[in-house]
Amino acid sequence: MKPPRLLDAWSAVVRRDLLSALRHRADLLTTLIFFVIVASLFPLGVGSDAALLRSIGPGVIWVAALLASILALARLFSGDYADGTLEQLALAPYSLTFLALGKIVAHWLATGLPLVIVAPLLGVQFDLNADALLVLMASLLLGTPTLSLIGAVGAALTLGVRGGGALLSLLILPLYVPVLIFGAGAVEASAAGLGAGAHLSLLGAFLLSALVFAPWATAVSLRIAVE
Amino acid sequence: MTSRINWFKYSSPASFYPLAGKLIPAFFAVASLLAVCGLYIGFFVAPTDAQQGEAYRIIFIHVPAAWMSMFLYVVMAFWAGMGLAFNTRLSSMMASAIAPTGALMTFIALWTGALWGKPMWGAWWVWDARLTSELILLFLYLGFMSLQAAIDDPRRADKAGAVIALVGAVNVPIIYFSVQWWNTLHQGASVSLTRNPSMAATMLAGMLIMALAIWIYSIAVVLMRVRSVILERERNSDWVQELTEQQS
Repeated sequence: MKPPRLLDAWSAVVRRDLLSALRHRADLLTTLIFFVIVASLFPLGVGSDAALLRSIGPGVIWVAALLASILALARLFSGDYADGTLEQLALAPYSLTFLALGKIVAHWLATGLPLVIVAPLLGVQFDLNADALLVLMASLLLGTPTLSLIGAVGAALTLGVRGGGALLSLLILPLYVPVLIFGAGAVEASAAGLGAGAHLSLLGAFLLSALVFAPWATAVSLRIAVE
Repeated sequence: MTSRINWFKYSSPASFYPLAGKLIPAFFAVASLLAVCGLYIGFFVAPTDAQQGEAYRIIFIHVPAAWMSMFLYVVMAFWAGMGLAFNTRLSSMMASAIAPTGALMTFIALWTGALWGKPMWGAWWVWDARLTSELILLFLYLGFMSLQAAIDDPRRADKAGAVIALVGAVNVPIIYFSVQWWNTLHQGASVSLTRNPSMAATMLAGMLIMALAIWIYSIAVVLMRVRSVILERERNSDWVQELTEQQS
């Protein structure tokens, strides 16, 4: 029997992970609800002054997205690591880099994309206007895949390691700093009338470079974990 | 060929251990000599700064520590990468021995910076680009150390640490420029680190001598730590057994 082509294997990985995510809908909802709760707590902490909320809104929503992304990452490879699927993927006659990319894409579709869709609702809570909401969505659309890509390296490195969740945050959150700066900065720049083009371009550049390097680094880390 | 020294001999922990032991006292001696000279110049010879008064003298510790903190990260990532690429045990041990010293230097740079910032800027901490990226550098060191500490198998700890050190090394310039642009967007040049362009020659000399002192001190401390790491990892090997028998 001829083995399937690389692209077929890749899409099989994506479909399998999406299906498995759909079967565990509660897990997806947990991440989403966490995102909403964290963002909703801030007005309770800092007061409901509309001008203040408008100025901190983009940053708060972005930080909440960062934390939600970290929370979801712990599950990216752990199930496959526990039941041995990961070893099979590593042994498969395909580039582990591409298969890892498939898992990251499925992970982003299941956990990152819902954040992008819910974000405007949270933006309304922070009194952001329609333009700002559009820019917020665009920045999240470009930024959250980068978070999934960078985070996948950390998730692979901390597989089966003591204190995985907290360690993952310590490893990955500093690396998220550029995405946070330009993601929240895009919304602020557009609110200040400067235009968000430069920020969004930089976010796009981060996404492209992460797309090139992160799956490869993830594959190296996965091999370290399963060997 | 035969007249050349075989440098690869010292890539084996067993032959590096005694070599490091011989070098450490020399490095410590040179470091102390330079530190005494540098501090003397810094505190007694260098003139008082026209704008900053005596408080500027903290740069003789602060600037060398900040330079060292960044340099050590590059060296650490280099050795970690060598260990990952060539599977040489000593390279990885070197990387894990460098990390605590690098973190210490980052901490000293931040701490002395705060002490200098209070009289100069009137605040212990400002979200200046350099301060912020130095803080993130500290987080990167801590992440590397925690990851290695959390993995029991030393081979896996070495490799995992190497990946995160290299990912961090790629990200350090991106983080630095992001923070700089973020900083310029958020606040104007209310705080500027640029001092008088014409720095007195004695000030510069004191600072450079201190930088050299801290550099050589770091080498000495890293060699001491790498010796401990070697003993810990090779404790079941014959030569370590013999060594401990001789010493007991």
